[in-house]
Amino acid sequence: MRALDRKLLRDLVRLWGQAVTIALVVACGIASFVTMRGTYVSLVSARDAYYDDRRFGDVFAHVERAPDIVASRLAEIDGVAVVHTRIVRDILLPVEGMPEPAVGRIVSIPPRGEPPLDAIRLRRGRMVEPGRSDEVIVLESFADAHHLQPGDLLPAVLNGTKKDLRIVGVAMSPEFVFAVGRGSFIQDAKRFGVLWMARDAVAPVFRMEGAFDDVVASLQPGASGTKVAAEMRRHLEPYGVLTSDTRDRQISHHVLEGELQQLGTYAVVTPAIFLGVAAFLLNVVLARTLHLQRGQIATLKAVGYTNVEIGLHYVELVSIIVGAGAVLGIVLGDLLGQGMIGLYRPFFRFPDLAFRLDPSVAATGVVVSVTSGLAGALSAVARAVSVPPAEAMRPEAPTVYKKPLLERLGVLRLVGVSGRMVMRELLRRPTRALLSCIGVAWATAIVIAGYFAYDSLDLLMSLQFEGAQREDVEVSFLRAVPGTVTNEARHLPGVVEVEPHRAVPVRIRKDNAYRDVAVLAQTDREIPLRTVAQWPPRKLEVPPSGIAISQKLGDVLGVRLGDRVQIEVLEGDRRMLDVPVNGFAEDMFGLFAYCAPNVLANMLGEEGNVSSILLTYEKDEESALLERLATFPGVASVTRRSEILAQFREQTEHMWVTTTILTLFGAIIAFGVVYNQARIALSMRSRDLASLRVLGFTRAEISAVLLGELAVYVAIGIPIGMYLGQWLMNVIMSTADPESYRMPAFATARTFAFGAVVTALAGLVSALAVRRKLDHLDLIGVLKTRE
Amino acid sequence: MALDTPVPGHGTARPERAVLEARGLTKVYRMGEVDVVALRGIDFDLFRGELVVLLGASGSGKSTLLNILGGLDTATDGAVHWSDHDLASATEAELTSYRREHVGFVFQFYNLIPSLTARENVALVTDIADDPLDPAEALSLVGLADRLDHFPSQLSGGEQQRVAIARAIAKKPELLLCDEPTGALDAETGRVVLEVIDRVNRELGTTTAVITHNAPIAAMADRVVGLSDGRIAYVRTNEVKKSPSELTW
Repeated sequence: MRALDRKLLRDLVRLWGQAVTIALVVACGIASFVTMRGTYVSLVSARDAYYDDRRFGDVFAHVERAPDIVASRLAEIDGVAVVHTRIVRDILLPVEGMPEPAVGRIVSIPPRGEPPLDAIRLRRGRMVEPGRSDEVIVLESFADAHHLQPGDLLPAVLNGTKKDLRIVGVAMSPEFVFAVGRGSFIQDAKRFGVLWMARDAVAPVFRMEGAFDDVVASLQPGASGTKVAAEMRRHLEPYGVLTSDTRDRQISHHVLEGELQQLGTYAVVTPAIFLGVAAFLLNVVLARTLHLQRGQIATLKAVGYTNVEIGLHYVELVSIIVGAGAVLGIVLGDLLGQGMIGLYRPFFRFPDLAFRLDPSVAATGVVVSVTSGLAGALSAVARAVSVPPAEAMRPEAPTVYKKPLLERLGVLRLVGVSGRMVMRELLRRPTRALLSCIGVAWATAIVIAGYFAYDSLDLLMSLQFEGAQREDVEVSFLRAVPGTVTNEARHLPGVVEVEPHRAVPVRIRKDNAYRDVAVLAQTDREIPLRTVAQWPPRKLEVPPSGIAISQKLGDVLGVRLGDRVQIEVLEGDRRMLDVPVNGFAEDMFGLFAYCAPNVLANMLGEEGNVSSILLTYEKDEESALLERLATFPGVASVTRRSEILAQFREQTEHMWVTTTILTLFGAIIAFGVVYNQARIALSMRSRDLASLRVLGFTRAEISAVLLGELAVYVAIGIPIGMYLGQWLMNVIMSTADPESYRMPAFATARTFAFGAVVTALAGLVSALAVRRKLDHLDLIGVLKTRE
Repeated sequence: MALDTPVPGHGTARPERAVLEARGLTKVYRMGEVDVVALRGIDFDLFRGELVVLLGASGSGKSTLLNILGGLDTATDGAVHWSDHDLASATEAELTSYRREHVGFVFQFYNLIPSLTARENVALVTDIADDPLDPAEALSLVGLADRLDHFPSQLSGGEQQRVAIARAIAKKPELLLCDEPTGALDAETGRVVLEVIDRVNRELGTTTAVITHNAPIAAMADRVVGLSDGRIAYVRTNEVKKSPSELTW
C-alpha cells in the first residue's frame, strides 16, 4: 500500500466523527431518493404492467340508457380501436355487522369469456357461469374487509328488492386500483365494493335488456382521446350522456396519477435538498479540514507530489466518505422502500406490487451524491493546492484585524474578553460565520419541512371535519328527491337536526376552457351543518345571485369577478345556462361552484329538491336510525362523518410515516452540520485556546470562547432556518395537483419550535462532545505544533 | 583558516560548471498589509558535490533563497538555472517535476506527516521516485533502523529531523537543501543531525546547501555564503573543513 493511501486511512480514522456524520447526511439524502424514487418507479411499472395486461380503457362514458345498436356507431368513431359497452349501477349492500349499508357498484361482464377492455384479474374462485343470475365476483379489497370468500352469500338491494347473491370469485380490476364510490375522495374498503355480474343477469334487474349505460373504449395508436371523448359525447347526446371523458378523469386513474405526480416531484425535491445540504457540508468541512492540512499539503508538494496527485488523494477521501454514505443510503432506502410500498398496498391495489430496487435509481443516487460531494470538495482542494508550497509552509500572516464598527461603537466593551474574542472572530471572518449560520439554518429548515405535513393534515382535518362538516351522517340519493324527505327524516326517533342539500353535476365553460364540477347549493341556515372550508379560515359569502366558484376554477377558466360562464347541467333536462360569477371561494380541495339554494332551484327550474340530507342524532339511537335511513327510497349511500375521518386518518398514515422519517433525517442533518462546525472550530482554534489556558484562563473561560462562537451560529441560524423552512414547505406543497388539493403550507408555532429545539439540541450535544475535547486539550503539544 | 573575501557574484574560481546558477534574484512578499523585500538581486552558484552553508541572521533572506533554488517558490525577478533548465520561467508542473526528480528537502520543523510512521514518511517519497533507496535502508543510514514503525509523535525532535533527512535522501537526490535543520534542536542532537548531512554529502556525493543562523556550523562547509538584508555579504572557502562532531555552540 502506498504511503499516501495509509495517510488516507489514518486521516479517515482521525476524522471519524466528522466522516460518520457526513456519511450519515449523505445516507439520508440517498435513502430518501432511493425510497421515494424507487417507490415511484415500482408503482409506475406495476401500473403499466397491470393496465397493459388487463386492457385498461382510454375513454370512459356514462349514459342514462342507450340501445345496443349505438355501440357499433361508437366503434366507428375515428381513432377508436375497441368499444365495450356494459351496465354499471350503484346499489346498497346491507352487510352484516355494519349499521349503515355499504355501496356496491355492479359492473356487468360478458356471460362468457373476458371483457375486451377493463378485464378483471381473478384472485380466488372462478368466473360466473352463464345462466346463473345470482352469481357475483367481488372486489378483493371489499371481500378482504368483510372476510368474504367464494361460496359466501352477499345480501344486496337490487332495484328495491333484497336478494342474496352468491360469491363465486374474488377479483381486482385496473378500473379500481383506487376504489372509491361516487363523489368520495376517501377510500373505504368496507363501505365500497364492486360486484361483477353476467350482463344477462344484470339487464333484467334494471330493465336494461338490449341497452347499456356505460362505455369503455380503447384508442388506436396516435389517436386523440379528447377528440374521441367529444365525439362519443356527441353520439350519446340523445341518450342522456352523463360523462364522456378520457382516462385522466377516471377516478381511480386520476387519484393514482395525482399520487404518482406528487411522489415523482417529491422524489426529486426532497433528496435534492438533502444532497444539497450534504454538498454544502462537505464543502465547508473539507475547506476547513484542508486548511488545517495546508502544511501537509505543502510538504507533499515540496517532496514532489503533483497537484493532481494531491487532489486525487483528497478526492479519494471524499469518495470513501460519500461512497460509504451512499451504500448505507441504498440499503436503508431499500428497507424503507419496502415499507413504503407496504403502506401503499392497501390503497392502490395491484396484482403484483413489490418494491424493486431499480439499479438505475441506485446508480443515479450514487452518482448524484458523489458528484455533489466532489463539487463540494473540489473547490476546497483546488484552493488548497494552489498555494505555493513555500508560502503554505510559513505560518499564516497575521489576519488583518480592524476594529469593526460594532466595536468602535463600544458595544464589545460590554461583553468581556471571551465575548470580545467571539465577536471579533465572527465579525472578521464574516463569510465563514455566514456559511456556518446557513448550515445551521438548513438543518432547522429540514426538520421543519419534514414535520410540517403533520400540521397541514391536522389543519385540513380540523377545518374540514370540525369546522365545515358537522353532520353525523349524510344520506345521499341516486337522483334528486323532493324536499319532503327532510321532514320525514326530521320525525325519525333520535334525529336532532336535518339539513337538506342539493348538488348538481355540471359542465362549466368559459370560451374554450371547461371543467366538470358540482354546483353546491349553500344552505341559508344560521348555523349550518355543512359549510365550505376556506384558507385562510372565514365564512364563504354566497352571492345573492349568480354563483361563486373555487378561485382555482376561476384561474383555470380565466374568469374574473362578474364574468359570465356557460353551465351545462349534466342531469335531468340537461339545460344550458348563462350565469354570472359573483364570488370566489378559497376552498382547499376539488373544483366547485357554490350558490344560494333559491338560485340553484331557479337555474334548474325545480322547487326544493335535494340530493342528500345531513343529520345529527342522539348516539343511543344510532343503529336503529341508520338502518331506517337505508330503507329510504332511492338511497345511494349512508355515510357517517366519523367513518370518513377514520378512513382519512388511515389513508394518510403513509404520510405520517414519511414525515417521521424525514424529521429523523432532518435531525441527523442538524446534528451533522452543527457537530462539524464545532469540530472544525475546535481544530482551527485549539492553538489560541491552549495559549489562553497557558496564560491562566480556566476551562470554562476557554469553553466560552469556542462554544460562544457555536452558540452565535445556532442563535442566528435558527431564525433564518425558520424562513427557509417556510420556503421549503411552499416548494413541497407546490408539488401537489392544485386542482385536487390546495393545502396551505402551514406549520404551527410548535413545529417551528420543534425545528429550533432539534437544532439547539444538536448544538448542545455537539458542544458537549467538543467540550470534552477541550478538557483534554494538550497544552504543550498544541503549542509545539505549528499548524 | 578561512579567509573572508567579499566577492560579488561567483564564489571562488572553480574549474567545473555550477549545477545551480542564480542571477539577479529579487523577491518581494506581501505580508498582510506590508511589502517585504526578501532578496535584492542575488547572484549565487552551487557546484557539484560541494556542501555550502548559507549563513545569515533571521530575515536576511536565506530561506527565501533556498525556497527559490529548490523550486518551492518563484522569484519576483531574476534567473535561476538548473543544468539546462530555467527555473525562473518554469511552469508549476515543471517545478514539481524538478523537485520530484532532483531535490531533497529538510525543514526546520521537519514537516513530517503526523499520521504516517517513520518508514511511511520516507515511503511517501520513494513511492514517486525512480530507483530510490529502500525506506528502511534510508532510515538506517540516519541511524534509525530500530525506529521504523514509530509515528512522529513517538520520536524526539532529533529523531524526527533524521527521519526528514532519510526522506530527503531516499530518492537519491542530486541536490539536498536543508533549511535550519538544527534550528529546533539542542546542540547535542543538532550535531548528530549535521553528521548525517555531512555523511550524505561525502558518501553519496549529494550537492548540499544548509541554511543556518548559527555561525559555528559554517565550519563544516566547503564554502560559506553570508547573507544580510537580502544581499550576499561575503563568500568564503574553508581551507579546512571541521567535522560536525567538533562543532560547538
